[in-house]
Amino acid sequence: MPSPATGPRSHAGAARWVGVSVPRREDPRLVAGRGRFLDDIDPPGVLHAAFVRSTVAHGALTGIDLEPVRAVPGVVAAFDAADLDLADIVALLDRPPEEFVPTAMPVLARDRVRFVGEPVAVVVARDPYAAEDGVEAAVVRITAEEAVVSEETALAPGAPLVHADAAANTLVDVSMFATEGIDEVFADAACVVEVDTRTGRQNALPLETRGALASWDDRDDQLLLQTCTQIPHQVRTLAARCLRVDERTIRVTVPDMGGGFGQKCVVGREEIVVAAVARRLDRPVKWIEDRRESLTASFLAREQHYRTRAAFDADGTVLALDVDVVCDMGAYSCYPFTAGIEPLMASAEMPSVYRVPAYRVRARAITTNKAPTAPYRGVSRPQYVMAMERVMERAARELGMDPLDVRRRNLITDFPYTGVNDVTYDPGTYRESLDLAESTLREEGWFRFRDEAAAQGRAVGIGFCCFSERTGYGSDAFAKRRMTVVPGFDISEIRMDTSGSVVVTSGTLNHGQSHETTMAQIVADRLGIDIAQVKLRQGDTERISYGWGTFASRSITVGGSAVAAASTRLGVLLCRIAAHLMDVTEDDVELDGEGGVVLRTDPARRIPFTEIADVAYLRSNLLPKDVEPGLSATASFDAPGDGTFSNATHAVVVECHAGTGRVEILRYACVEDCGVVIHPQVVDGQCRGGIAQGIAGALFEEVTYDANGEPSAASFIDYKVPTATEIPDITVAHLETPCAFTENGAKGAGEGGTIGAPAAVLNAVNDALRHTGVELDATPVHPQTVVEALLRKEPACTTAT
Amino acid sequence: MHDRHLITLTVNDEEHEVVVEARRTLLDVLRHDLRLTGAHAGCEHGVCGACTVLVDGAPARACLLFAVQAEGSALHTVESLAAPSGELSDLQQAFSRHHGLQCGFCTPGFLMLAEGWLAERAATGAGEPDREEVREVASANLCRCTGYQTIVDAIADTARTRLAAPGETA
Ligand code: FES
Ligand code: FES
Repeated sequence: MPSPATGPRSHAGAARWVGVSVPRREDPRLVAGRGRFLDDIDPPGVLHAAFVRSTVAHGALTGIDLEPVRAVPGVVAAFDAADLDLADIVALLDRPPEEFVPTAMPVLARDRVRFVGEPVAVVVARDPYAAEDGVEAAVVRITAEEAVVSEETALAPGAPLVHADAAANTLVDVSMFATEGIDEVFADAACVVEVDTRTGRQNALPLETRGALASWDDRDDQLLLQTCTQIPHQVRTLAARCLRVDERTIRVTVPDMGGGFGQKCVVGREEIVVAAVARRLDRPVKWIEDRRESLTASFLAREQHYRTRAAFDADGTVLALDVDVVCDMGAYSCYPFTAGIEPLMASAEMPSVYRVPAYRVRARAITTNKAPTAPYRGVSRPQYVMAMERVMERAARELGMDPLDVRRRNLITDFPYTGVNDVTYDPGTYRESLDLAESTLREEGWFRFRDEAAAQGRAVGIGFCCFSERTGYGSDAFAKRRMTVVPGFDISEIRMDTSGSVVVTSGTLNHGQSHETTMAQIVADRLGIDIAQVKLRQGDTERISYGWGTFASRSITVGGSAVAAASTRLGVLLCRIAAHLMDVTEDDVELDGEGGVVLRTDPARRIPFTEIADVAYLRSNLLPKDVEPGLSATASFDAPGDGTFSNATHAVVVECHAGTGRVEILRYACVEDCGVVIHPQVVDGQCRGGIAQGIAGALFEEVTYDANGEPSAASFIDYKVPTATEIPDITVAHLETPCAFTENGAKGAGEGGTIGAPAAVLNAVNDALRHTGVELDATPVHPQTVVEALLRKEPACTTAT
Repeated sequence: MHDRHLITLTVNDEEHEVVVEARRTLLDVLRHDLRLTGAHAGCEHGVCGACTVLVDGAPARACLLFAVQAEGSALHTVESLAAPSGELSDLQQAFSRHHGLQCGFCTPGFLMLAEGWLAERAATGAGEPDREEVREVASANLCRCTGYQTIVDAIADTARTRLAAPGETA
């Protein structure tokens, strides 16, 4: 168990801050309009960048004329790929060529364009209006070629190739598990179900679009790149490589950020261009993505197709699972995760919360002439969970069983459990969360309501979704997927000043998750000080040597553990100095929970931190001989083994309206277990926000492409983001299974809502349509589909619930 | 397109003179010329509401107005809500208390939307709003983080307390 803290935890006091919904420390500035978001920063002399983008999905780039651009009033400069001469972005997996084909993504398109919106050139002007005028003046010559826009066109024999060296337009093709004898299991099974599930292409859609601001600082001999990113250190690494400079010469900082949801956990080409142009011009250069760019040319997500076969016993026990997964990753692999992120996630985690004894999976990432994808909140889990949950429902129908009984028969209940996927699950409440979700709806009378509604001819349905999500991904877990850039650890440094206040750093990145508050709660409890005495600093590559940012619900599990461990070390140091000052041994003293160190045997003898700090800095002659001046401690944390798993059950009641096809959500209940809850309000907020995004994917949001590769959604008129009237009130109940190996017992809570909601809603819709004979296995569920289903007057198929 | 106009804008009860191109939006003038960066640009096409400010007391999308159109109007931005002492208004406090914000990017827009609506209701002497009514109002703006429930809570709570103790509003 990697507990990086040396010595015993010395804090004597009980938890005072953790577990309490203290007021958020980030709120006062944000509600006053005093947040500092990227576009709020206008350094003197700043120039504005805008991108010339391809209007063609696929073709040869035969010429770019930027002379007319340079003639536009206000335009200062314009550059194409040849002008900037930057190294390509290449993200790699440590896998043989038959499993993985890397793609070179030029920072600006060179020779070829591969999707509508691909950046071809950059225009820099005195203001953003002039920059856009300049973009309009650019002359780009592209010889259009046939576009590859779907799984069918990509995999068709003789299909045009998006990348010349990716045969069959396939970037990743892995078969990670194949239990011996699985075909016999299928042959002998009492029941085999086949489910074909698809999820539409979505936009993670942070409300603040992407953006970057770069300026050269002579004094630091550094380019300061301020950017909207979840992963500042990885931006620095890649920017340095593309610009072919030492990493030291780039500092990446992140101001307040209006959401990320994964879209900002990969490095954007535009960020690199802005950095390069600012260096070249020796002027500050800013780029703020507009919404049209964000919808069409930013990273998209989610488009996946699962063909799942499952074998069951007559009593509903699952015997085997055989899956073919195709993920449409768009035109390029993202950095640092590659196009492998989605198929590898699906392969490793697909059996989900169920005991599946035999498992075979093939998972592919295909490339198409669409905007590339990033790992949006949940990463393949919404998709494979949907496939599994549809399998459970389908088996129940075929066997004439209650779908909840089928789930219960198969849920993992004995922990730790090692699955056929070679993953070890730590203890959770898979069964208990389902029981509680069901009894909640039952006690509220929803099952009765549904049946009475059916008798009146109304289409009301109830749906469930059970899932777990791995959250504490350490480097072992990522390395198992054979990534060459292996995330996992985080580092924290904590420093106390002479007033007894501390500044704690973290390699994670707050963009709505309340880190400034929750990390401070952790520190305050560990040291026994007031939360007001703790300040978190993050999002600055100069403050900490390396960090992995915020994604995969890792901030509290991994980052928070590093923060906790560093705090413990500082506590040990404080005790050590105090013991020396009291002339006793370290074992004789402990933190008193009130900002001081006391003698265990005589609490009246106490030294406040301020006094210890005074010695550490101003009278270092009084320090023990083997203690260095200063009061700081550093610790790192890396989740061991397979990491930890949060889990939940979602239960939802919907009514499908004939005529309009509207799916109205009448009741949404979430029962979740993310281990120790640091801040209940924040966890509830993460659940609800995630569920809202999951409902969006289930019912509203989709980017489609026409046969020429033209995206359907270029504004909020075409891309339907649900508002307050589409998202219901949501109850969140907590079960708490503390994680044994994170420092705080926390398991992470960022993604669950998004994972559970699509399947729960889809199951509810199917339940509402049960009398029609129609079963839906794709999201988003379009009103038209619901209308058509309700027009069918087929005999009811039997469901037993 | 490059005609310039000298205009006077009254923002948060202060007068400002600015020279603007006719095509420059009110949002850009507030944010970049007057440095009132509270109102945000989320879409610049009138859907998300992140840019909401009060124009003569009524919520309006600053991205859909040209600055030249706002001359002669009384404009209020989120920066006007807190007292000069820095004390946050009841509405701002309610957003924080109910966890009505996560990233906070949509928050100034929601605050101004709610502020305008609450003031208008108070002027018409309306009673306590029901939750569905608040939800309806909140549906004018987009939030990507919260799932809206806590925003609705914060606005409904403020409506209630203002009715209970009129005159104590910020
Ligand atoms: S920025 Fe004005 S409505 Fe979105
Ligand atoms: S709090 Fe992030 S968009 Fe509303």
